[in-house]
Parts: sequence; structure tokens; C-alpha cells
Amino acid sequence: MNEWLVIAGALLAAVSGMPSVFEHRTGGKGERAASALLVLAAVSAITGAGLALAHPSTGIDWGWSVPGGRFTFRVDGISALFVIQIFVIAALGSVYGLDYWKQAEHTRDGRKLRWLYGFMVAGMALLVCARNTMLFMVGWEIMALAAFLTLTSQDDQRPVRQVGYVYMVATRLATLCLFAMFAVLYSATGNFDFAVAVPINHGAATAIFLLAVVAFGLKAGVMPMHVWLPGAHASAPSHVSALMSGVLIKMGIYGLVRVLSFFPHPPLWWGGLVLGLGAISGVLGVAFAIGQHDFKRLLAYHSVENIGIICMGLGVAVLGRTLGNPALVVLGLGGALLHVWNHGLFKSLLFLSAGSVLHATHTREIDELGGLGKRMPWSTFGFLVGAVAICGLPPLNGFISELLVYLGLFKSAAVPQGRLWLAGAFGVPTLAFIGALALACFVKVYGAMFLGEPRTHHASEAVESGRFMLWPLGVLAGLCVLVGLLPWVVAPALDRAVAAWAPEMSGAPNLALLAPLGWVSLVGALLTLGLLAGGFLVWRNLRRMPAGETGTWDCGYVAPGPTMQYSSSSFGQTIVGLFSWALRPKVSNPDTRGLFPHRDAFTSHVDDVVLDSVLIPAAEAGTRAARRLKWVQRGSMQAYLLYILLTLIMLLLWR
Amino acid sequence: MNKIHFTIHALLLLAMPLLLLGIIGKTKAAFAGRVGPPVLQPYFDVLKLLRKGSVFSRTTTWVFKAGPVVGLVTALFAGTLIPLGGHLAPISFEGDLILFAYLFGLGRFFTVIAALDTGSSFEGMGGAREVTFSCLTEPALFFGLIALTRLCGSLSLSNMIGSGLGQAWRHGGASLVLVAASLFIVLLTETCRIPVDDPNTHLELTMIHEVMVLDHGGPALGLIQYAAALKLFILGSLVVRIAIPYGGNPWTAWGIFALGMIALAVVIGIVESTMARLRMAQVPILLVAACLLSAFGIVLVAR
Repeated sequence: MNEWLVIAGALLAAVSGMPSVFEHRTGGKGERAASALLVLAAVSAITGAGLALAHPSTGIDWGWSVPGGRFTFRVDGISALFVIQIFVIAALGSVYGLDYWKQAEHTRDGRKLRWLYGFMVAGMALLVCARNTMLFMVGWEIMALAAFLTLTSQDDQRPVRQVGYVYMVATRLATLCLFAMFAVLYSATGNFDFAVAVPINHGAATAIFLLAVVAFGLKAGVMPMHVWLPGAHASAPSHVSALMSGVLIKMGIYGLVRVLSFFPHPPLWWGGLVLGLGAISGVLGVAFAIGQHDFKRLLAYHSVENIGIICMGLGVAVLGRTLGNPALVVLGLGGALLHVWNHGLFKSLLFLSAGSVLHATHTREIDELGGLGKRMPWSTFGFLVGAVAICGLPPLNGFISELLVYLGLFKSAAVPQGRLWLAGAFGVPTLAFIGALALACFVKVYGAMFLGEPRTHHASEAVESGRFMLWPLGVLAGLCVLVGLLPWVVAPALDRAVAAWAPEMSGAPNLALLAPLGWVSLVGALLTLGLLAGGFLVWRNLRRMPAGETGTWDCGYVAPGPTMQYSSSSFGQTIVGLFSWALRPKVSNPDTRGLFPHRDAFTSHVDDVVLDSVLIPAAEAGTRAARRLKWVQRGSMQAYLLYILLTLIMLLLWR
Repeated sequence: MNKIHFTIHALLLLAMPLLLLGIIGKTKAAFAGRVGPPVLQPYFDVLKLLRKGSVFSRTTTWVFKAGPVVGLVTALFAGTLIPLGGHLAPISFEGDLILFAYLFGLGRFFTVIAALDTGSSFEGMGGAREVTFSCLTEPALFFGLIALTRLCGSLSLSNMIGSGLGQAWRHGGASLVLVAASLFIVLLTETCRIPVDDPNTHLELTMIHEVMVLDHGGPALGLIQYAAALKLFILGSLVVRIAIPYGGNPWTAWGIFALGMIALAVVIGIVESTMARLRMAQVPILLVAACLLSAFGIVLVAR
């Protein structure tokens, strides 16, 4: 029953774009039908996942004619969490698209986008519930290719095509590693099904783990495998960016969690590696974010940061499994999976609010905006809620999951044996550092975009977006508050996922016992009440005593203008300076020598170091080397026929 | 019994912070050979400000008015989580130290966006410095907390710096000295004192905290000054407790704690009178030093 509801949801999502195809290219009925179908799909799939959390079932297992393939489909605790997330954000994004990507305004690509959006959702739902290698790969490839085609919706623009190529290379590489990984898994277990806790010899286990880290790390955007992510998230339509950042990159996390569940006794260095990669992604992800001028690229780098936090939690869980310490497993994995959820909520909220700004102002440059708080109050509020949540501040949801990861790290710092406690001892301050940097970044971007005075006409002419764009923001903001104030409601679901991940820890204490969720909930509620009461008192006081109005203090300068405001690049300058060893900012200083210096400008920007300084030069060198083999591709049909014949003969001889 | 102690906690938390400012002022005046304003002057200032009217910049929105409120409410909540003088804090649970640190984060977020709401470049500069320096104080604080959890085996502030701290001094004294020194630097930075920031400076370009609140006036400024004093009191109580881990009679403990806080205010006054401010570019070096101090504290615990 549970599985059928999820399958129904996936099928509905897959066909949601179909009605548009039969309609005239300017018609508006198809897009509404698509959103209605996706909402229906979400209701069905989320009900199924909810039932699966309450009463786990054995799933569906059918034969399939594909070699090695079986149609094995099961929604366990881990799958259910991901299914809920996929469908909540997909449905809200689709409603948002009704105003953001109106068919009437996007006659060229609107129908294609809608069609593939549904496919991407269906692919993801398939892959998180598949229990067979082949079925998993089918879901994975549907998702990866649909994502490529949706993110290149505006493929008439050259930069969009370029980021599309980068994404394509990254996703092909991930698929290649997955094939290798599943081949090793097959040779070790003799089975194409996902089986938990099969004894696997040491060499094969190491190979599987490393291939999984590369393949899933590429999809999740773990530093330094994040190269495709900033460009792709920036260029895709905003509701696609929300789905990609909120959900699609989490498929990498899902894969890693699933593969790690096969190994009940991982070596110590596995957990250390995941934790270390998480710490690097976290710190450098947010450092790169601070250097960005494009607000969607900035949000994309924050996805790298949050994937880092998730990996830190996962690393703690793996360490706990190695040591047989249930508290570390529950807190680490619980924190990681809750952060997967929370990041899905607040990052889509941020991307959708940012999309609303982009829709109204037609620019992604932070320093061309300003003063939007007065012009777009609801989008501004949505962004503010997302910003507070992503910084991990109480009383919103980001705090809860970071708290769990913190507790896991603190507990591993208290482990008496061995040198393991060092992981916690340095993990905790790293997480604190990431949190403080994220706060700096979001204060900067919120201030520069929404506060102060408009810097250009883009911002001064902005108007608030339509209701289809605002309602999803409201729902997401409400969910952020809800998870933040009532974390104990989601704790049983996380316990279920932990039980599915590490069945040998069946006697583990549950999350509600290990983490002070009740206390946090109480303090969060009191804090909210306190803030509301304080705000009410100030409001009443201001009503009683009429306040004067004036201009901002300008030190007596006679002609202050909006361009004199502190820009986002000046705000981040010191931090970018502290990280210049990694960010390599390109700065051009104006020449102001002499009495009457001529007109000049200051510019600074931070490119992606891994992509622009390492991978692209390496790819160019590879291309030059490959020119030597150019004679193979001579473009004549006869030659290719000859190659095919030779290959066939070789295959026959080899057999 | 607990009720009486919680009442004393609340009274000290609400009443004492502004006194510390007065004592710092008196100490500085003594060093400068002046009489100085009365010790209670900060109370008079705040009360006067609360009775005044307000003037708002036309650029500002509700965020500007919300900033001081959030700053004060979060500081008050942090004050309910911190144990004073080794007594149990009114709210205490396993993991409260993380909430404690993040409450200040929430306050900082809103203080800085309230500053940016004015569109003034001075306030932008102040906000940028505030968040940049806090990126280095947070790890220092957490390094210190890790050392304390390793020594006391608990994740609750009331146990970490509670009555068992005296025991911890016996086997981890060296590490606690380093942690206390590191937290003292964190305290000076977070409360914007010399050598990081000068609360009495008069040039907008060189300030951190004062420049962020340039456009706030009247009751809002009163709330901000009170919240700043609360922050000084709360972070100061952490340092004082680690430095004076008295674990005997609970009533004597309150007295020792109050005297310790006054002594801390005098020490801050002496630091402010005898040191010059660091150049802005050198502040990160000081803060990294604070991180390293508490990191060494951890290394010593591990021995």
C-alpha cells in the first residue's frame, strides 16, 4: 500500500507535464493542470511515506527482463524522509512556476521545462525507493538528464550552455563511478540487489567506499567536487534551482547514506574522511559564498557549505558505528538527515525569494539592488526567515539539526579511548566557525539586497510578485518555524531512519532521550513569545510618543547618494582577505595618483578556483594531447564501419 | 531553596550589568586623574533615554526597530542559561551551551541588519567588523567549551562551571588558565572594549559597536546600552567563574561572585587605561591567538 502510493505519486509527477504538450504554446490551462497533478502526486506520495514511517512494509519485488534487474521497490525509514522532501519542494516549486515561468511569457521553453521537471521528480522518487542496482541507475539517470535539460532551459544564452556542459561532464563522471562501484559490489556479493550487511572483503569495501564518495560527492557538491554546482544553480530558473539545491544534490547524500548502511563495521578512517570532507566543504563553501556578487551563485555556494555540515553529521555517525557507540550514530545520522530536510526547506525558501527578486528586478547582481524591503515586503520576509534558519539560529529549524550535529561532535570529543576525540575537539570549533561565517554572509546579502536605498533603477522600480509566487514562500517559512519550534514531532521519523541505517543498533536510545528536544522547544517558544512581547511594547511606546523623521546620519555631508552605501563586496572584504589563500580574489585597484586622477573603477571578484584554475587548464591540456589521436576520427563512413567490424571480431575472438 | 537562588540570579542579572559599566568608568577616571561620573551614572543614562522620544531615518523599516528588541531579549535568555557563582541556572539541560552561544548569534544578526537598514556606510563598516571578528571569537569560545566538557564530563553549563569546577582545577588547572585567558579576550572583543574597540571613541570610521547604533536614539538606544551591559555581565560571569571556582557555602558563593564581577570590571578598566587600541588589521591576529590559547587548553586536557 505505502509503496503503491509513492509509485502513484511518481507516475503522476512524470505525466504532470503532458497536458501542456497538447495545448497551444500560449495556453495557460496546461500549466495549471501540471501544478494540480504535482500537488496531487505530492499528497499521494507523502501519505505513502508517512504510512511507511508508521508501519514499515516489505515492499514490492517483481521480476524484470533487464539483465540483473529486479523491480525491487521499498520505502524504509531513510527513503521515506527523502520522498517527503522531494514532493513537498517539487509541488511548491511547481505552484511557484505558475507566476515565475508563465507559459504565455516563455512560449519557447515553458512546456519543455514543465515536462522535464515532472520527470526529474519521478526519477528522484524512483531512485530513493529502488532496492536494485539497475532500478537505481534508471532513476539516477532520469534525474540527471532531466536536470541537465531543465537547467539549460534558456539554452539560447551562451553562459547557460557552458554551465550545462560542466554539469554534463560532472554527472557523466558520477555515473561512470557508480557503474564501477556497482560492478565491485556485484563481484563482492554476487547480487545486484541492495543487501544490508553482506560480508565484503577489505579491498572491495575500500574500493566501494571511495567510488561512492567520488560519485555521490560529485552529485552532492562536496568540495572539491562541487565545480558544476554554482554555475548550474545560478543559471537554472529559480524554482528549478530550488529543487536542485533543496533536493537533487541530496540524492548524493542519500546514495552515500545508503551505501554506508551496507557496512556494519567501517574502518575508522572512513568516518574521519567523511567528517574531514564535510569540514572542508563547510568552511570553504561559505568562504566562497562571501566572495560572490551574484546572489544565486552565493546561495549555491551555501549549498556546498550545508552539504559539508550534513557530511560532518554523517561522519560522526560512521565513527559511532565503528566504535559501536549508539549515541554517536543516533545524533550524527539524526542530525545529518534532519539537516537534509531543513536545508531543503530553507534553501528552497531562499531560492524562491531570490527568484522573486530576480523576476522583479531582472538582475542577479547584489550590488545593483537595495531597499527592496519597502517594495517587496513579503519576498523580503521570506528571505529573512530563510537567512535566520540557514545561519542555524534559534528558534528556527536550522538550529535543531546543527544542535544534533554539535551534540554528536561533543559526544565524540568525550570518548575516552584512542585519538578519536580529536575529531570532535576540532569539529566543534569548525562548525562554530562555519556558523559565524554563514551569519556574516547572510547579514551581508540581506542588508545589501533588501535594506538601505535602491542603488539602481532595477531595484527602485521593483514591485511585489504575484500570489502563486508568495504562497509557496509562506508555506516554506511556516515549515521552518514549525520544525524549529516542535522538533520532537519529527524525532520518531529520524529514529526510524537510524534503525533502517544501522539495524545492529536496535537497542539504541532514541533521539528524544539523547537530545534536549523538549527543552529546545520550550526555550524556542518562550523566546518567540519574548520577542513578540518586546516588539509589542516597543510598538505601543512608539504609538504613545510620536517619532520624528529625518535622513540617515551622514556626518554633515551635503549630497549623500545611494551609491555611497556600503556594498556587499566592501562588507565581505576582510573575510575574503582572510581566505585569500583559497579564494584567490581578482582585484583591480583604481589609479588615483596625482592631483586630478582620471575616472577609474575598483573591481574585485572571486571565481571558482577548482574549476577555473585547475580543471579547465587540465581539460585544455588533455584536449591538446588528444589532438594526436585526431586521425582516428576522420569523418568517413567507411572508416567507422571498419572500426565496428574490427570491434565485433575482437569481441568474438575474446569470447 | 532553589527558588531563592533563582530570585537572586534574576535580581543580579537585571540590576548588576549597568553597575559594571559605572565601575569601569570610575577606574578609567582614576587612572586619568579625574573624579569621573558617579558609579550609578549608566542607570541614570538608560532611564533618561527610555523616557525620551524617537527620531527615525526615512530609509529605515521595521528591521531597524526590531534590532534593539531582539538584542535585549536574546541577551536576557542567555542570562537565564548561564549559571552565576556556581549555582544552578534557571534553565539548564544537556547541550544548553550551544543554545547559549547561538542566542548571541541571533542578537548579532538583528543588531547588524538594523545597522544596515539605515543605508549608512559607517554602519555598514561597523556591521562588517562585528561579524568578521565574531567569526574568530566563536571558535575560541567553542574551543574553551570543549576543554571544559572534557574536564567536567557534561554538556550543561550548570555542571561545567558549577560546583564541580574546583575538582577540575586540581587536575586541569593549567588548561583552565589558558581557557580563562582566551575567554577574557573573547569578552573584550564581544563587548567592544580596548584593545579591539574603544567605546569612547568619537570618530565614526574607527568604531565597531558604537558606529552600528549611530542612528538609534531615545528608548531604542537605552535598550541597546542595557543589552550591551548584559552581554558584558554574562560573558564576564563565565570568566569570573572559571577564575574563582569557589564551591563552598552557597551564600558565600553569591558574595564571592559579586565581588569577582566588580574585580573583573576593575580589571577591564585597567586594561582600557593602560593599553592602546590595536590597529583594525591586527585584531584578527589577537583573536587567532585566543583560539590557539584555548586549543592548547584542549591539548593539555588530553595529556
